[in-house]
Amino acid sequence: MSAPMATNETLPARAALDQEWRKVVNHGLLLALVLVFVSLANMPVSLDSRMIIEPMLSMGYLSLLWIPVVMGFIVSSEKVLEGIAYHAKGAREVLAGGLVGLIGGLGLSLLVVLIDNFDLRDPLVNWSPALLDLLQFGNGIGFGVIIWPVLGFGLGVFGGALHIFTAMTRTIVGWVLGAVLGIAVFETVIIDLLTERLPFEFITDWFYFIRGGLSQQGAVTAALIGGGLGYLRVLAQRGVVPTPVQDYKQLVGPERTRANTIIIITCGVATAILPLLLGRITNELLANVGLFVLLALGLNIVVGLAGILDLGYVAFFAVGGYATAILTSPNRGDSWPDWVPQSHWFAALIVVILLAILTGLFIGAPVIRMRGDYLAIVTLGFGEIIRLLFLSDWLGGYTGGAQGVTNIPGVDLGFVEIKGTDPRAIFYLVAVFCAIAIYVSWRLEKSRLGRAWMAIREDESVAEAMGINTVNVKLMAFVVGAVLASFSGAIFAAKVGSIFPTSFIILVSIVILVVVIVGGMGNIVGVIAGAAVLIGVLGGPKQPGLLAEFSEFKLLIYGALLIFMMLKRPEGLVPNVRRTRELHQEEFLQDAWLRSQVDADEQDGAPSGEVAPA
Amino acid sequence: MSDVTDTSTPLLEFRGVNTHYGAVHILKDVDLAIYPGELVCLLGGNASGKSTTLKTLLGMVTPTTGEVVLDGEVVNNKPTSYLVERGVTMVPENRRLFKRLSVKENLELGAYLRTDKDGIEEDLERIYEMFPRVKERLNQKSGTLSGGEQQMVAMGRALMARPRVLLMDEPSMGLAPALVQTNFELIQQIHEAGVAIFMVEQNANMALSIADRGWVLQTGRVVLDDTAPNLLANPDLRASYLGEGDR
Repeated sequence: MSAPMATNETLPARAALDQEWRKVVNHGLLLALVLVFVSLANMPVSLDSRMIIEPMLSMGYLSLLWIPVVMGFIVSSEKVLEGIAYHAKGAREVLAGGLVGLIGGLGLSLLVVLIDNFDLRDPLVNWSPALLDLLQFGNGIGFGVIIWPVLGFGLGVFGGALHIFTAMTRTIVGWVLGAVLGIAVFETVIIDLLTERLPFEFITDWFYFIRGGLSQQGAVTAALIGGGLGYLRVLAQRGVVPTPVQDYKQLVGPERTRANTIIIITCGVATAILPLLLGRITNELLANVGLFVLLALGLNIVVGLAGILDLGYVAFFAVGGYATAILTSPNRGDSWPDWVPQSHWFAALIVVILLAILTGLFIGAPVIRMRGDYLAIVTLGFGEIIRLLFLSDWLGGYTGGAQGVTNIPGVDLGFVEIKGTDPRAIFYLVAVFCAIAIYVSWRLEKSRLGRAWMAIREDESVAEAMGINTVNVKLMAFVVGAVLASFSGAIFAAKVGSIFPTSFIILVSIVILVVVIVGGMGNIVGVIAGAAVLIGVLGGPKQPGLLAEFSEFKLLIYGALLIFMMLKRPEGLVPNVRRTRELHQEEFLQDAWLRSQVDADEQDGAPSGEVAPA
Repeated sequence: MSDVTDTSTPLLEFRGVNTHYGAVHILKDVDLAIYPGELVCLLGGNASGKSTTLKTLLGMVTPTTGEVVLDGEVVNNKPTSYLVERGVTMVPENRRLFKRLSVKENLELGAYLRTDKDGIEEDLERIYEMFPRVKERLNQKSGTLSGGEQQMVAMGRALMARPRVLLMDEPSMGLAPALVQTNFELIQQIHEAGVAIFMVEQNANMALSIADRGWVLQTGRVVLDDTAPNLLANPDLRASYLGEGDR
């Protein structure tokens, strides 16, 4: 690595070493760029108030510090072909990571100097003394300039060193970091769960600092817990400790069915009990997650099963919300004739379902004759049209225009009224509808209709040649999706008590689609996990999540996450076997081919160690 | 028209069919007749209207004038499902399986319009018997099968509809030469089981060697209509289509 960089154009061929230098420099510059971008996006300053470990580490610093580690790791990552590493990992990787971190750190040093000497607040609003102060750790310019290259180098070295750790160390390190971060991020939920109804305040007092964030002893304990769990995981991988997941995967037939039943019952009971232990904030969070689970399950049928890319899905949510609001609120638009009753929520729900079916047919009919991109664009348009109709003067007398519909009553069950002020009750209501949606999705996926949807997704013309009435079947997908979304809308209206056109912006459609994609298209468990992670942790389009401080960066993170998932894990968070197979088909085929070659060699009695690629 | 099976009435028939794509005139006064249980082939080069013929037979394209007749009933404006229900089934060009679905799901989709569960089970068993290799791969994704296996699944999928007439779009396309031979043997086997077969092919020699009759389509017009042996011997066909004019 000590060879000088070749700058002379007349040199014949670039040496391999030279290429590696270039790689290091490229990654370093990229890192510098990312760090400066994150800084100027104001992430460090606005997240600084959220502590991870009091008083050492805030979320703001963390938003910068994790990047050199990842970059230091990536620079030495290579595509491992057929399981054979190009060469053994060693000091080179560590040094490369360190250098990348160093260059990235120099980028931040440059930023510190620039902010100190020039005022660019006009174009760059976050070019602020607050940022400068934070980047200098409050210690003056000299410290700021020196600390970042040093920190970057250290973190990069750590990233690079991940390559030379054994798999066991890597697992344990991962679990330690995950545990500390997880326990810090889920602070609200954990405190809520342990202290709201249960007398475990001594645990939370141990872990958390009074003004938020882990205390130092808490961080150490969390790290120990993580380490322990990580070690257990390693033991499980070696087969020393049994893993329930693998045992479950090996079950077949009736045993599998029994295991599934047990899992479903456990989940049901947990869903019933958990909200009782939780306080307002967490129940509110769960209710929001539930609303989006409903929406995502509906969209999952349209996009995941039938393969219709609907970008205007919010339209059905809006129809459900507005219909419920108008039919139950005394404060709806004045143009309604008297015979339109102000009815009970459940009575309204029947009308809502009918309206959702009609809207599904109305939007679906013109749309499904198109395919691919055109379809996506037209649905996008319809999503906006519906919102603008609700906003318009033309329908203003009915929908209240920009003032929306207010005073929407809750759901009166006789003995209790479910409304937004009682998030626990709302959550139970959502959970019931989620259960219905999950059951419907699950049954449909296995049904003849589900098969027809998948056939259309695969090859529409052949599906037609099989005798599938593609128009009707696709309309069915639209209608089922619309009904599920309208359920969500109806609950949403009862929950928030007043709805406005701005509740149904296009962003909602996009967020639901991201939830479906991130969770795993065509996969019920994945969709629920996706909603929990995105809506629960990051927050919905208007609903705050666990990381409420992140709200202004929500879209940035959504976008980054979407790109990352599409590139690295297109099957989603919870992969289902079929989708994994189809998305990594080439790798599977190659593996299968290799195995067959090895088998053939063994049968011939030839040595089977070396396998030449084709 | 034909001297082989004139005794019965045609199963599927074109009577003076014309089709247009916009202003483009594709099929011009085409007359075809497929009788129960016979094996016929439609030959023609590129852009001669072969695929349009198939699509029209299956109700995916509506003729501008003329009639498509199934069992003596004019079915011009009937949807594809109507024809599939009455025994008209297609094996598409290049097999076109539902690649990300399992072999079993593909077969079941072939029987999409049938409601007789016992009959479907019976037919599945028959197909497993016919193609033991398909049975081995039931739960595998059909896209991961080899070309020959995919052809078997495609045939099986079509047979699951209990067809009376099987429309085959270029059955030999994209297959290795050795597989083409097996494939034609398979077609004959299905034919011997009593299914009428209407085959669209470019591989004229091979198709005519197993067919009873054939037509030659040129720019949307039927230019030759004869028995297979006569067509094989026809110098015009040999010259224009089989590329053996000099010999």
